[in-house]
Amino acid sequence: MSKQRLVIIGNGMAPGRLLEHLFEAAPDAYDVTIFNAEPRVNYDRIMLSPVLSGEKTFEDIIIHGDDWYAERGITLHRGEKVTGIDRAARVVTGASGITAAYDKLVIATGSSPFIIPVPGHKLPGVLAYRDLDDVDGMLRAANRGGRAVVIGGGLLGLEAAAGLKSRGMEVTVLHLMPTLMERQLDPAAGYLLQKELESRGIEVRCGANTKMILGDSEVEGVELEDGTVIDASLVVMAVGIRPSVDLARDAGLDVGRGIQTDLAMCTSDPDIFSVGECAEVDGRVYGLVAPLYQMAKVAAGHLAGVSEAAFAHAETPTKLKVTGINLYSVGDFGDGPDREDVVLRDAARGSYRRVILQGNRVIGAVLYGDVADGMWYNELLKSGEDVSDIRDTLIFGQAHQGGGMAADPLAAVANLSDDAEICGCNGICKGKIVQAINDKGLTSLAEVRAHTKASASCGTCTGLVESVMALTLGDTFSKKAEGMCGCTDLGHGEVRRLIKAQGLKSIPAVMQELEWKSSHGCAKCRPALNYYLLSDWPGEYKDDQQSRFINERVHANIQKDGTYSVVPRMWGGMTSSDELRAIADVVDKFAIPDVKVTGGQRIDLLGVKKEDLPAVWADLNAAGLVSGHAYAKGLRTVKTCVGSTWCRFGTQDSTGLGIKLEKFLWGSWTPAKVKLAVTGCPRNCAEATCKDIGVICVDSGYEIVYGGAAGLHIQGTTKLGTVKTEEEVIEVAAAMTQMYREQGFYLERIYKWAERVGYDTVKAAILDDTGSRRAYYERFVFSQQFAQTDPWSERVSGVDKHEFKPLAVFGEEAAPATAKVEPAE
Amino acid sequence: MNALTRDTNAWRLIGSIDDIPSQGARCVENGETKIAVFRTADDRIFALEDKCPHKNGPLSQGIVHGGCVTCPLHNWVISLETGAATGADDGRTASFPVRLDGRDIYLNLESNLQQGA
Repeated sequence: MSKQRLVIIGNGMAPGRLLEHLFEAAPDAYDVTIFNAEPRVNYDRIMLSPVLSGEKTFEDIIIHGDDWYAERGITLHRGEKVTGIDRAARVVTGASGITAAYDKLVIATGSSPFIIPVPGHKLPGVLAYRDLDDVDGMLRAANRGGRAVVIGGGLLGLEAAAGLKSRGMEVTVLHLMPTLMERQLDPAAGYLLQKELESRGIEVRCGANTKMILGDSEVEGVELEDGTVIDASLVVMAVGIRPSVDLARDAGLDVGRGIQTDLAMCTSDPDIFSVGECAEVDGRVYGLVAPLYQMAKVAAGHLAGVSEAAFAHAETPTKLKVTGINLYSVGDFGDGPDREDVVLRDAARGSYRRVILQGNRVIGAVLYGDVADGMWYNELLKSGEDVSDIRDTLIFGQAHQGGGMAADPLAAVANLSDDAEICGCNGICKGKIVQAINDKGLTSLAEVRAHTKASASCGTCTGLVESVMALTLGDTFSKKAEGMCGCTDLGHGEVRRLIKAQGLKSIPAVMQELEWKSSHGCAKCRPALNYYLLSDWPGEYKDDQQSRFINERVHANIQKDGTYSVVPRMWGGMTSSDELRAIADVVDKFAIPDVKVTGGQRIDLLGVKKEDLPAVWADLNAAGLVSGHAYAKGLRTVKTCVGSTWCRFGTQDSTGLGIKLEKFLWGSWTPAKVKLAVTGCPRNCAEATCKDIGVICVDSGYEIVYGGAAGLHIQGTTKLGTVKTEEEVIEVAAAMTQMYREQGFYLERIYKWAERVGYDTVKAAILDDTGSRRAYYERFVFSQQFAQTDPWSERVSGVDKHEFKPLAVFGEEAAPATAKVEPAE
Repeated sequence: MNALTRDTNAWRLIGSIDDIPSQGARCVENGETKIAVFRTADDRIFALEDKCPHKNGPLSQGIVHGGCVTCPLHNWVISLETGAATGADDGRTASFPVRLDGRDIYLNLESNLQQGA
């Protein structure tokens, strides 16, 4: 049988899921061609908010990469908007003239955001919140700072507001209705949500009607009907979506609010199906992912000829993807004469729950704060069972049913029926997960996700899926704890993300809010947290000396016998007779046992007694020598060759550039040590190709390389690119250092970080996108004003005096009369 | 002070709790012996000989967390209360009795080991 031709218009989540089902059921039935108006592969659109807030990257949310299409022989036209469907000839035509003939056609054009046509709505700086381009636009605006006004206090609008806030913007939310998310939340829960957002510094104005958007060439503000003017450099409209039906209407298909289909998702033309937000089935259009996935499954079954399944409406629970805000609503919660409410409030915990009953059956539930029971109420709602027997304890949740059951989350999951829905996004019930684990021998969360899709979309049900796994696998399942230390199960990435997302600005705040298991952390997590806070809140966070390793606390390197080594900075490896004389004098005066030349072109004084350190520094300071930070998770050295000043092969002033780089970068704290080199020609005498960042001077400019290592692990650098001027080298090096500072895990060197986030990602952000480079550069410069103080001269002038003196000294004979007690300093 | 020194010769006033940073340490020198005096986050005071049982690392320079200090040389974690290495490591550092009187710290220069503890 020759293959039929299937053409799909649109490459969002619904058609992506449709194809998965289709290739599973009938891998050889169709030759598939996809037209995608967006210039990229299929990605998880509901995860745009975590991308906006910085909790995920675009790569994290790709559903099908290039390989996926290639393996299935799918033709994907990216950035190709379809302009016409010729139903008689069975051909679709794209904007650039590409045509494709079909036997079956799927229209999945999705929806377009509704833009309120107020004056000024076309100004640059007015965005919708729909696709990755919108997110990119918001991130660019956030980099410039200022205030964002989000119009629309629904799911999308609030996620956008939280994301922009976590990116450092001032944020105002304008909402036409009296309470937030009125379609999903009752006023009480809406009020709690508003309070929570306000406590995070997001201004919320309900009952606010936008009159116009102000500005001449770009957005400058928003004026409300009541005359209030709010300054703004960004306006995000998130007031709703409209099914995109123009193409279908022009082709003569039946169109209502959406493209009308029967319960098999077939349109008025038997060879054309429609799925996704553009489809209207049984009089309803949908915007949440669960029903869209159901449409995909139904349509795939019919296309494959394997099922006669019909679409069935179900209530879809709503969750808000804002870290730290838990709300859950499902079903109908309007007031009515035959309806009864059961309400539980706990003001102190900011917790609220309300279950709506009609005829002793659950028809709706709203939970705010503690939402663990949401799923149970949803199950009661779906089963429609009579709850009069458990009515007295219904509101307390599942753990309080049946008397003896402990408030144990595992027990709660154990008591769920097999058809209880675990993953709302993908409509996966408990029985299906258990069956997949048993049939396929799955042991890890990643495998369960791959085989069942449970928790593979928004991820909020991950804990439940793990509970199901624990119940099914018993002791053989151990939740993989990749915590940064024994004090927490959270990994470095999650902790860094939450510090930003929740605005945590002290070590106790992090430990409290992220539920540290130890009272005051340990020697592993405290230095990491101290670094993250220092890096994320420059100028605000006060460095916690007691959370630093001794070397960084006393600005010298501890040696095996408890003495220290002292390394003065020699900019670019250059020194002078005066400096050498001062060093020689210090060595003699303090009887320093050893003097060594280091690999980084510095001089190391070994065996200095701790109590001598301030005096040694004072003498070195007097000769103009400052700390070389040889002990720091920070810039160590910039190694140079003599370059064009002396060398007959030198192409540029490598020494001078090295000195400039070192003077620009010194003092900044980084996740691990950072070493640079500038070499004057490709002979590479300064060994730039094994440094964290290296510069190789060539006739035409400067080649920048990075990600080298020459320690436990030996690795050559990767080329970033070539720039023309010294200024560009400095901007690139500073921007890359800042990107690494913001993203690196504590003790993770640049090469490890780049491997983790991807060399392409680094290149795109630092070399290709000059706007992004500039933003990193500016954040680096801002942070440097708090970092570039010579720690030696600070301590010479008395800072941390207690570090270098004993608390008390007693003589050999332990008699009180001879005791010399030093009182408090 | 007099009353105290009459109790036993070995008790000494060494300073105030405010002289030691929270989650930090300072040293007391007694002839050849260095004693590290630690202050925990909840203002408890402990004293250990300033020598890790592993390779004599100066414990006073380590990071203080909970009731432990991590040695700066090789990350052994030593209990401040007993001086014993925790976890898989084995060894014990001499500890010294301390007591607080108001904010004053009194140290007994005779170690618990010498007293047969």
